[in-house]
Amino acid sequence: MAKNVNVWIDGHHLEVPDTMTIIEAADKHGIYIPRLCYHPDLPPTANCGVCVVEFEGNPVPKRACCTPVAEGMKIHTNSKKLRSYRKTLIEMILSNHEVVCPTCTANNKCELQTLANNLGVDPDSLPNILVKKEADFSSPSIIRDPNKCIACGRCITVCNEVQTVYALTNSDRGIGSEVTTAFGMGMAQSPCVNCGQCTVYCPTGALRERSEIDEVWEAILDPDKHVIVQEAPAIRVSLGEEFGLPLGSITAKKMYAALRKIGFDAIMDTNFTADLTIMEEGTECVARLKAGEKRPLITSCSPGWIKFMETYYPDLADCVSTAKSPMSMFGVLSKTYYAQEHGIDPAKIVSVAVMPCTAKKFEARRPELRDSGYQDTDYVLTTREFLRMIKEAGIDFAHIKEEDADEGMSFYTGAGTIFGATGGVMEAAIRSAYTLVTGQELEDIDIVGVRGLEGVKEATVNVPGFGDLRVAVAHGLGNARYVMDKVREGLKATGESPWHFIEIMACPGGCVGGGGQPYGNDIASRARRGLALYEEDKSLPVRKSHHNPEVTRIYERFLGAPNSPLAHKLLHTNYFKRSISNGQVVEEATHKHH
Amino acid sequence: MKYYRSHVLVGINETSVAAGVNNFIKALRAELSKAGLSDEINILETGPLGFFGKGICITVYPENINYENLKEEHIPNLVQEHFLKGRPVVELMLESAGRFSPKLNYNQRIVLRNSGIIDPESIDDYIGAGGYEAWEKALTQMEPKAIVEEVKNSGLRGRGGAGFPAGVKWSFTAPLDAKQKYVVVNADEGEPGTFKDRLIMEGDPHQLLEGVMICARAIGATKAYIYIRGEYKLCIERLQKAIDDCRNYGIIGTNIFETGFDLDIEIKIGAGAYVCGEETALIESLEGNRGHPRWKPPFPGVKGLWQAPTVVNNVETLANVPFIIAKGADEYKKYGTPECAGTKVYTILGDVAYPGLCEVDMGTTLRTIINDYAGGMKKGFKFKAALVGGAAGMILSEKLLDVKMDLASLNQYSAVLGSGAILVMNEHQSIVDMLWSILRFFRHESCGKCAPCKNGTQQLYRLITKIKKGEGSMDDVELMLTIAETMQQTSFCALGQSPIMAIRSAIENFRDEFIAITQK
Repeated sequence: MAKNVNVWIDGHHLEVPDTMTIIEAADKHGIYIPRLCYHPDLPPTANCGVCVVEFEGNPVPKRACCTPVAEGMKIHTNSKKLRSYRKTLIEMILSNHEVVCPTCTANNKCELQTLANNLGVDPDSLPNILVKKEADFSSPSIIRDPNKCIACGRCITVCNEVQTVYALTNSDRGIGSEVTTAFGMGMAQSPCVNCGQCTVYCPTGALRERSEIDEVWEAILDPDKHVIVQEAPAIRVSLGEEFGLPLGSITAKKMYAALRKIGFDAIMDTNFTADLTIMEEGTECVARLKAGEKRPLITSCSPGWIKFMETYYPDLADCVSTAKSPMSMFGVLSKTYYAQEHGIDPAKIVSVAVMPCTAKKFEARRPELRDSGYQDTDYVLTTREFLRMIKEAGIDFAHIKEEDADEGMSFYTGAGTIFGATGGVMEAAIRSAYTLVTGQELEDIDIVGVRGLEGVKEATVNVPGFGDLRVAVAHGLGNARYVMDKVREGLKATGESPWHFIEIMACPGGCVGGGGQPYGNDIASRARRGLALYEEDKSLPVRKSHHNPEVTRIYERFLGAPNSPLAHKLLHTNYFKRSISNGQVVEEATHKHH
Repeated sequence: MKYYRSHVLVGINETSVAAGVNNFIKALRAELSKAGLSDEINILETGPLGFFGKGICITVYPENINYENLKEEHIPNLVQEHFLKGRPVVELMLESAGRFSPKLNYNQRIVLRNSGIIDPESIDDYIGAGGYEAWEKALTQMEPKAIVEEVKNSGLRGRGGAGFPAGVKWSFTAPLDAKQKYVVVNADEGEPGTFKDRLIMEGDPHQLLEGVMICARAIGATKAYIYIRGEYKLCIERLQKAIDDCRNYGIIGTNIFETGFDLDIEIKIGAGAYVCGEETALIESLEGNRGHPRWKPPFPGVKGLWQAPTVVNNVETLANVPFIIAKGADEYKKYGTPECAGTKVYTILGDVAYPGLCEVDMGTTLRTIINDYAGGMKKGFKFKAALVGGAAGMILSEKLLDVKMDLASLNQYSAVLGSGAILVMNEHQSIVDMLWSILRFFRHESCGKCAPCKNGTQQLYRLITKIKKGEGSMDDVELMLTIAETMQQTSFCALGQSPIMAIRSAIENFRDEFIAITQK
């Protein structure tokens, strides 16, 4: 049980619970202690030593990140000695770091760079001791560059403790130690699910997305290619922060304008296929509920989650919706429906997706996602890459005149846009599934029980004619693991799952906290972006996917009905069992319906 | 019981095994049998004999004559002359003319009192020498609280390096209410030049086990692990046999001596990382994880092995415990100094006449240890410096030869007792070379977890290499101090906090040498 204690930091008296560490107490009261490896979202690794503070009556300084406060503690965060230690520490870290700031993707966002600058360290005070190692380019999603790694350990913590993926680990020791995958086989030969949380938490540019900017420019600048672009829901609430707009600004129309200025030929929106996903997944869900299926239905939008499921829970693959993700639905439709409607040779269409996600790069390359006869989605840009393109194009994003998207595959409802926040898919699905089951409209469509940042959220919705629909929402793969273990236990013990319908997103906070999102975000800023999506939802004229006129149109003109044979062919997929040791496909876990 | 005219104690340890002692014993038995002496001369395989001999050493009783550096070719002569005719072979004797006669201070010994006397592989020998009386007393006549008090009163301090009072450590864990507690023996002896724990375990494994048992009873642990380095093959064999014998005798197991107390002891073999001698890294390694230290608090005494309250003690510390319980804290305090009770086992190596081990009172000066127990300096050499406490220790100059070697006295000179390793250097040895070797060691053994240690050990190694090559300046020397001090204050565990000791002592005590080499 926590009790409050009195501590003094630099003379300021604070009364804080004794469960807090010194750095937490200081942060809460606006006292900044220099730090490098510490991140408020993660348990401390205590690797860097930068946050050492001094105590009255104790000659030994200690790390503020992992030293709990105690009654009567008198803490000093700055002194001649501490300044000297911090400088020497940063100089030592820099001496073993590839200093290529101007070209580094983390430039101006790098926490080491910032700290070195703030502390005024002398970069030449110590000889360089970096022994260059080969970077790991094996993954389609993530590049791991040991030469920029400062061994803060955050990536290992987030990979193992938050996401429970266990792809990253330490190997060797001393100066030769490095963050790597098991047996140094490379990310592509590991259980890595490409969620990219490691890239978000990396304080330097040692972990970053594999960029496809050049390929996308090549396509745009090729007059023979017709480049069509889609943007995930989370993108529109994550761009403004980079240009001085308040966190969580809704910039959908500035985003369209910027894309048009960059030179994309057709500007559509993933939110459209998010609505379409609800029709397909909702129909699937209702069919299962009506059939009295005891096994739950789990969402399939998040590619990090899908690979995680294939690796750790292939036995439950049949519980996962066969619906492709909104991105992949868009990809296949861009080379079929769109090509047909506009009379364009699909061979000339380059389908680009702007995603908050690194795992989408892996998803786009899945060999089974070629139902258009081509690779359905050609290139995936993360939010960070898109931001670099905006800057390269010299666009003044904050002041660009708002424009609309092109018509056909861009109209979206409030249900589609909240896909970007944890709980959003569930909420959107309930809004439509209710109608599909009862033929009536759900009146109170704000299902707040599934919103927010709690790791696992549960809700019960009464559906007339069916009864109580029990749903669960998990975000972050550690929480997904918890839910899946419950499902597995339930099915084993009683043959029944604790929930009928489950939403799982690989990243904490959902897509707004995705692995491709701008650097420097913590849970608080993710939450702000998520809230913006709910604000947009509220402001939109249509808030239920089944009322999206473009969705109605595509069923009328092209697909027929939800779960029709053509819909199954183009919009649904199957899953595989993967090896835990190297993430490679072992066999099919489910078969594709034809 | 069978009576023998003479007992031949053969010291079996890693050194003598390397020198071929097993074949030597076979040959000796054969020769004795050939001479018809098998019924008269008893050969006893025992642990380290407690004197500083080379190669294969034996002691012959009742004459108390020590032979050293024996080879198989010496056997016929030895059997004919000494065992048949009763004329010791002077040229093979340790005490031969003009040679050093070591102090065999048996009456001053606690930890090594049985070593070299009993057969370490025989539980009966140990019991015959008074073994397990303390265990019986602790289990049947003493309350756990009383045991902790007794150890507290004895003033026994940890012998692993830090010197924390053992009884105090136990008193943190003993009152905790927990489903499971553990005793962990730190037998991962890794300080360069230190092999005292090996010799303690080789010479008298049961005494360690008895200490473990008493500690377990005192804190309420029902499971103990001995984390031992993998290179200590003979120790592992002997400890395992000792544990098995104890199980068979009902000395450990379930419902021991019908008191309802259960205890099991298990050996875990380490893979040789220096950092695993740090107690939290050792615990991580025991759990099957990478040997990385943990942050304290919580201390292992509260949350240790598998998050259970755990007492981690050094081998030598626990080997002192049976004596304290059997004879009482007051008797124990007769040894050593008022601030630092008991004895200390040292390993002495380097340029002394007889490298090896000795057990002396706490507070014995370095000069006495070198002269009386190691035969002084090697012939023709003068004392220059001693590295005391291994790589994490300090380089002492002649000025400190007469300082009492105990934690309190050394502390006045900011020196530490450390692991008990004393590496003696002669006047021709280079302090810079020595420091280079120490810093190379730290660079190799840094676990890589924390930035100050990982990068600092490499920087220090680069700098000392440059200085050693004569390419450095006094600025580089100062830079080493800055780096090492930053490491001391900001490193996560004792490993990175340690290099400052050697560096500062080397530079302070032998500054001229650094000036000379940087002006080359």
